[in-house]
Amino acid sequence: MMSFISYFINGLSLGSVYAIIALGYTMVYGIAKMLNFAHGDVIMIGGYVVFTVVSTMGLGPVAGILLAVILCTVLGVVIEGVAYRPLRMASPLAVLITAIGVSYLLQNIALLVFGSNPKSFTSVVTVPALKLADGKLTISGETIVTIISCVVIMIGLTTFIKKTRAGQAMLAVSEDKGAAQLMGINVDGTIALTFAIGSALAAIAGALLCSAYPTLTPYTGSMPGIKAFVAAVFGGIGSIPGALIGGLLLGVIENLSKAYISSQLSDAIVFAVLIVVLLVKPTGILGKKINEKV
Amino acid sequence: MAILEVKNLEVYYGVIKALKDISFEVKEGEIVALIGANGAGKTTTLHTITGLIKAASGNIQFDGHDITKIRGDKIVGMGMAHVPEGRRVFAALSVYENLKLGAYTRRDKNEIEETLQMIYKRFPRLLERKNQPAGTLSGGEQQMLAMGRALMSHPKVIVLDEPSMGLSPIYVNEIFDIIQEINKSGTTVLLVEQNAKKALSIANRAYVLETGSIVLSGDAKELMNDDSVKKAYLSE
Ligand SMILES: Nc1ncnc2c1ncn2[C@@H]1O[C@H](COP(=O)(O)OP(=O)(O)O)[C@@H](O)[C@H]1O
Ligand SMILES: [Mg+2]
Repeated sequence: MMSFISYFINGLSLGSVYAIIALGYTMVYGIAKMLNFAHGDVIMIGGYVVFTVVSTMGLGPVAGILLAVILCTVLGVVIEGVAYRPLRMASPLAVLITAIGVSYLLQNIALLVFGSNPKSFTSVVTVPALKLADGKLTISGETIVTIISCVVIMIGLTTFIKKTRAGQAMLAVSEDKGAAQLMGINVDGTIALTFAIGSALAAIAGALLCSAYPTLTPYTGSMPGIKAFVAAVFGGIGSIPGALIGGLLLGVIENLSKAYISSQLSDAIVFAVLIVVLLVKPTGILGKKINEKV
Repeated sequence: MAILEVKNLEVYYGVIKALKDISFEVKEGEIVALIGANGAGKTTTLHTITGLIKAASGNIQFDGHDITKIRGDKIVGMGMAHVPEGRRVFAALSVYENLKLGAYTRRDKNEIEETLQMIYKRFPRLLERKNQPAGTLSGGEQQMLAMGRALMSHPKVIVLDEPSMGLSPIYVNEIFDIIQEINKSGTTVLLVEQNAKKALSIANRAYVLETGSIVLSGDAKELMNDDSVKKAYLSE
């Protein structure tokens, strides 16, 4: 029983990372209507920035995360402005191919700068592990911090969108760019802001992910990126609570399958569940279409 | 004095010329109607004026400024609001949130609140439904919301693209009454309509658009009695 709880909590923690990454996918999809396949690689860049600041320069983890957030935010805005903005009127396929290109570009830049040898990442978490049930259940500091971060980010983002002018502009742009512009909203600026937020979250996800799984290579971001994308689709792409539910479910399913079924098959199981969910509900768990009444 | 002046406007969709050398003006306080058949270029004209489409050549003056090359989102703040064809309310957002977005370019909270109350007074149904998602409103209610949302920017000029489209006759009359009220309270109106009869009945002046060119213009009452207009646009 204790081991089940422990697998479950670890699944929640992994799922929290997926959820934070999935937010980036889902917000960009919701607002710019594109799949930013380079999103996973922004996580990896965030990981390397933290690694460089903490392990090479010897500064504290807070400085590392802060710098990673700043650099990834800038990176996200630059990627959007240079690679995606000129393609706003182009076919979705052209945008998708460009996004894959950007993904390879980031991986190769990392390969060039940091080499292909895995770096061993020093955890940014200093919170001690929690021992429960007379020491039979241990919850690591990383797990605690990751889950709390996810909750804080979700509440913060939801409040931002609901309460601020910029957040309402994001909702308007996600529904109808033309009508949003007619309200006086700067559509390009709003899309850039969305990339900025998604990339800042990717930096945080990178630090958390590398703290829990401390090997860092130029490909560290791809698999979590793909899984977070699956989580976003799972929960209903475009939906913020959907990203949370999708991420958590994915993390728990993955961890429980690893523990009780097969660690080789866990990814296959995750994708099988996705296929079943999409067969039953093509828009994902929380995805919805509002029908216009005339 | 002309508050809006369009000169020699030409607009293309790819290689297709949608507007051919269009010129017209709207004077302060007027209701000007732009009528024409489906596909004549009415929507294209409005989209170019409010910056959703760029003109290939020509010039648009608004309130003393050349707005031909100005970004569309800036034009709203200069005092021109656009109620688009098909209403285009934000379906997932509430009526209240839609109205708030209409005031996006304004900063003064008290003034925004004042305009909001004025709009609720003019459209009591929007007040009743203020927390309802806009997508659940009826077509007529959505049209009112689209108009209320445009008025939230406190515009000098409001352009309306086929506000009566798809509405039942009762709503059509109500919408046209409201347009007249809006005009009486000091807002200049540029009205695009396929319902030429209704449009000419409330307009001061009108222009007739045919396949991208203005073929006729003049006093609305005179146009109503013009034989070619009668034949092409007013036959039942
Ligand atoms: N996005 C577009 N792409 C290509 N052609 C368009 C587009 N929008 C309108 N058109 C064409 O431009 C012409 C004018 O259309 P429009 O301005 O919508 O007319 P109206 O509003 O008077 O019905 C039509 O021939 C139409 O087919
Ligand atoms: Mg039209």
